[in-house]
Amino acid sequence: MTNEKIIEVEQLMKIFGSFHAVDDISFDVKRGEIFGFLGANGAGKTTAMKMLTGLLSPTSGKATVAGFDVYKETEKIKKTIGYMSQKFSLYGDLTVKENIQLFGGIYGLKNKVIKAKMHELLGRLGMENSANALIDSLPLGWKQKLAFSVAMLHDPSIIFLDEPTGGVDPVTRRQFWEMIYETAHNGTTIFVTTHYMDEAEYCDRISMMVDGKIAALGSPDELKKGFNAQNMDEVFVGIAREGKVLK
Amino acid sequence: MKRFLAFVQKEVYHILRDKRTLLILFGMPVVMILLFGYAITTEIRDAKIAILDHARDENTQQLKDKILASTYFLLTKELNNEQEIAEVFKDGKTKVVVVFEPNFGKKLQTESSANVQLIADASDPNTANTLVNYLQAIVADYMMEINQNANIPYQISMESRMWYNPELKGVYYFVPGLIAILLMLISAMMTSISIAREKELGTMEVLLTSPMRSGQIIIAKVVPYVILSLVDAVIILLLGKYVFEVPILGSLPLLFMEVLIFILLALSLGILISTVAATQQTALLLSLMALMLPTILLSGFIFPIENMPPPLRVMSNIIPARWFIVIVKSIMLKGSGLDILWQETVILCGFILFFIALSIKKFKIRLE
Repeated sequence: MTNEKIIEVEQLMKIFGSFHAVDDISFDVKRGEIFGFLGANGAGKTTAMKMLTGLLSPTSGKATVAGFDVYKETEKIKKTIGYMSQKFSLYGDLTVKENIQLFGGIYGLKNKVIKAKMHELLGRLGMENSANALIDSLPLGWKQKLAFSVAMLHDPSIIFLDEPTGGVDPVTRRQFWEMIYETAHNGTTIFVTTHYMDEAEYCDRISMMVDGKIAALGSPDELKKGFNAQNMDEVFVGIAREGKVLK
Repeated sequence: MKRFLAFVQKEVYHILRDKRTLLILFGMPVVMILLFGYAITTEIRDAKIAILDHARDENTQQLKDKILASTYFLLTKELNNEQEIAEVFKDGKTKVVVVFEPNFGKKLQTESSANVQLIADASDPNTANTLVNYLQAIVADYMMEINQNANIPYQISMESRMWYNPELKGVYYFVPGLIAILLMLISAMMTSISIAREKELGTMEVLLTSPMRSGQIIIAKVVPYVILSLVDAVIILLLGKYVFEVPILGSLPLLFMEVLIFILLALSLGILISTVAATQQTALLLSLMALMLPTILLSGFIFPIENMPPPLRVMSNIIPARWFIVIVKSIMLKGSGLDILWQETVILCGFILFFIALSIKKFKIRLE
């Protein structure tokens, strides 16, 4: 992790009618950091993430992702980020190879590059023999890893993971987080939302959203100390109960 | 461009690997055209008729032989009195009863004119109409034969009665309507489902966060279906021409241009539906209810627009297929050109612009 800020958010707002989905949030993420984005359903996580990935234009406030403005430079942002969603993001009726070719093509990689990447990726995942298997026929853990690797295909400097481990068994989750660590170690910034409080502990820093606002922000240790809690679950309960805001 | 092609290729894989969709895409046109073709076909063979002969003389015998010698009719029963007519119609198998008046032959000799009555079961109006036409032709033929060696022309007057449905509807040419319905089905339903599927599976988000623009995604999704729809249109036209002998009198390029316009229209409708439908099921239901039913019922495909009550007649104007059917009918059956059909063509293009504008608006609202 460096001190270079790769995501900067200042007083970002998103208002739907009279509903403040994201209400004046400010934070920044450093290059190579694993940044956890937590909150209950409807707390505004997804809306915030959509604004950062260029899917949604903010109502007001400032934000830059990899130095690009979220209002005007969404196309540039899209080229520099990777995205993997909680819902499965590869095509089940295409083979492993075809999915890699498709996403390589979508991100404008040259055929030669795609070929090399595919070879490297399949080797790393130990999936050389499954290159022509349909995604649907693979075990969930494999799919997950593959989806992550495909999202990394174009070497994004930031990768957004929207509840990537939803519905996955603990062992696979553990393996998945190992991949995340490795990726962060190589300098890619990880922006991850999750429901699982134990996963929050794996992050370098986390922010907790409640009703569109950031209720707490800091490293897991800082938060636990601040709330006098044993684990992240208790932190979360503390925030929910007291509505306490810790910065 | 490479992005675009990679995406089109993916769509092609989706279509080719989904056996059910493939079956719908190529099985449906064939099945439908054969089904409709034989159901609404105007050519009838071996229709069952009954004869009530009050005269039983040489002339009626000759006429009966002539009728039954044709391949069109099979005699089910010789009737003895008027009461039996209603009875023989009841099982629905007998389509026409031919009634010769008493002293048919004698009247023909002495008065030079005699009467035949044709009573048809018009609960199936197309068949009734066709059979009566056949019978009239046969009787007229017979008249010519006996008139050849006669000084005074004999006159057999025919009177036909359509039972059960006195207001006969015309015979429809089903091929144009079928093209409209199938293109609507394939283009609109399939695209709306395929876009909804991406939304449902969550892959749409992945695509939207990629550098592909949403317009690019939509166009790339639509391209394979344009091609498939064109192939289907060709299948229908070929089947229509070679199996049912529906002529194509007008210009083929013009016909294909109009078909392409209608495909684009159906696709824009499909896109519109997909902007409001979040799941494949919703997309399917919306397409069926909002597109297929009105297209089938109000386009003039089954029920003639002229016979509709005024409110429905007005409504039929907003059914795109109505205009398309007019265009295709005119090109195929009358050989009309763009000089006559430009108005309908402009209307279709107007629909396209309207639906696309509406989709863009809806799409923006959804994102906001």
